[in-house]
Amino acid sequence: MSKKITPGVVITHTIMIALCVICIVPFLLILVSSFTDESALMMNGYSFFPEKWSTYAYTYILGGGGSNVIHGYFVSIGVTVVGTMLSILMTTLFAYPLSRKDLPFRNVFAFFVFFTMLFNGGLVPSYMMWTRIFHIKNTYAALLFPALLMNAFYVIMMRTYFSTTIPEELIEAARLDGGSEITILWKVVAPLSKPMVATLAFMIGLGYWNDWMNGLYYVTDTAYFSIQNILNRMLQDVQFLSTAAATQASMGSVVSNLPTTGIRMSVAVVGLLPIMIIYPFFQKYLVKGIMIGGVKG
Amino acid sequence: MKTKKKKVRWRRYMPLYLMMMPGMIYLIVNNYMPMSGLILAFKRFNYSLGMWKSPWVGLSNFTYLFTGNDAFQIIRNTICYNLVFIVLGTILAITVAILLNDVTNVKAKKTYQTLILIPYLISIVIVSYIVFAFLSQDSGFVNNTLLKALGKDSISWYTSPRYWPVILTFVYLWKSFGYNSIIYYATIIGIDETYYEAARIDGATRWQQVWYITLQCLKPTIITLTLLSVGRIFYSDFGLFYQVPMDSGPLLNATNTIDTYVYRALLTLNDVGRSSAAGFMQSIMGFIVVFSANLLVNKIDKENALF
Repeated sequence: MSKKITPGVVITHTIMIALCVICIVPFLLILVSSFTDESALMMNGYSFFPEKWSTYAYTYILGGGGSNVIHGYFVSIGVTVVGTMLSILMTTLFAYPLSRKDLPFRNVFAFFVFFTMLFNGGLVPSYMMWTRIFHIKNTYAALLFPALLMNAFYVIMMRTYFSTTIPEELIEAARLDGGSEITILWKVVAPLSKPMVATLAFMIGLGYWNDWMNGLYYVTDTAYFSIQNILNRMLQDVQFLSTAAATQASMGSVVSNLPTTGIRMSVAVVGLLPIMIIYPFFQKYLVKGIMIGGVKG
Repeated sequence: MKTKKKKVRWRRYMPLYLMMMPGMIYLIVNNYMPMSGLILAFKRFNYSLGMWKSPWVGLSNFTYLFTGNDAFQIIRNTICYNLVFIVLGTILAITVAILLNDVTNVKAKKTYQTLILIPYLISIVIVSYIVFAFLSQDSGFVNNTLLKALGKDSISWYTSPRYWPVILTFVYLWKSFGYNSIIYYATIIGIDETYYEAARIDGATRWQQVWYITLQCLKPTIITLTLLSVGRIFYSDFGLFYQVPMDSGPLLNATNTIDTYVYRALLTLNDVGRSSAAGFMQSIMGFIVVFSANLLVNKIDKENALF
């Protein structure tokens, strides 16, 4: 490959830079708005170059005005950490036996996992089951268990990783040394699978952190809201105010509860923050994960 | 002798089966149990009687769903958006993947990869905040800055359905193109470099190389990914169609899909009948389509078939 700068190279980089700018700039609008003085926001709307800057929104949230935001933040962190750990544990424990070619009825179990990717009952039966049989409405379990805890696709990805990268002889040798299956998984297989575990942990964690649907379906009590549910509720209130359906009386109570634009934007920024902090460390695992699992995703 | 052997075998594999227990239980609860709930589509659900004891009503939920405009609207929207997403999404992703592969500077390549994936990482709720910051009637960036600068009147985006096919397609592409580009990029870096060398010796231009080598080698991936997306043609991203238009009533004709319809019918209108009928239709049609799509993949490229 020549290192000359040809017109082709210039065009390639120009397009790629333009695409990157399109990816990033919208976030800047949110970030800048969260640091914009409320009166400037009222006057000029959302802007990349505000007339007056302000850190009021952040001091308000941290200074006790946003206690529900901070609570929601801890709910999100707790659900994400617990959910990701449980999910990784269950996925690994399921994928390892499936990767063992000598396991009797292996294909039956593999199909059992796989079939869930082809067919599902949909929202109505799931909703009925979780609320009427398991009574998870308005509990933290509602954020943790439905839909997110174990994903068939990740099980299959991990099984494929085990069966293609870990030599059978290694497992056989460990078994002859008298290692139990759980020791083999923990001492031999897991250490060799760190990249895959990191990839899945990031993807599963992302799923939990970004999830707002479980909260929308199963949580009405704001005490159990995650940060995404708080963001979602604020957006619903904005929408509610802009529709003619809002009567004067109900409008009053929503208006007095609705945080200012700046505060709403700062909550959005705060909601983005953990992903942006963690992402650089997991970037290569994410790319690897997409490359491995992509085609079948 | 035989029983002893069996016993040894049993003892040997028991721990492995035990390991699978938590996952099995979860799949049964989360995935298999709700499948039985599909019968709700043929019942008049009564909260006090529960799912099993509620009376059967035959197909009346379906006739109820298909009288009126709703069924047509949600099926049309779901399928048409998916088709547009598949075509434009594939073209964009392949273009970006080829460009990414052309970047020789390792640092630049890594930076581009990192940045184009950022929209993929963000929850759709925050995407809605961003879209609202641009499109809000009185304070949005587009109305207040862009249109003002052009001397045009502001537009009431959230009540004008005709703009939304474009807006939603844009948001979809913005959020997903990075992810899809990486998938195609993974295939491109696997192409044997000697093909290109041979082509260059034969005097092939850049375009000819892309057309005759890159695209030819990508063909199996393109076909597979397209068929798999076609298999999901009755499903839509609930967040994109519910959250981004902010659940705005006047936009429904352009934004209502099967998933948003099922949700609204169930949780805002409390209409279990129509909701479960629409959900039933989605599950069954979805299964038929994904099954046929996979049969096709199997014929073309066995390696990439799901089963």
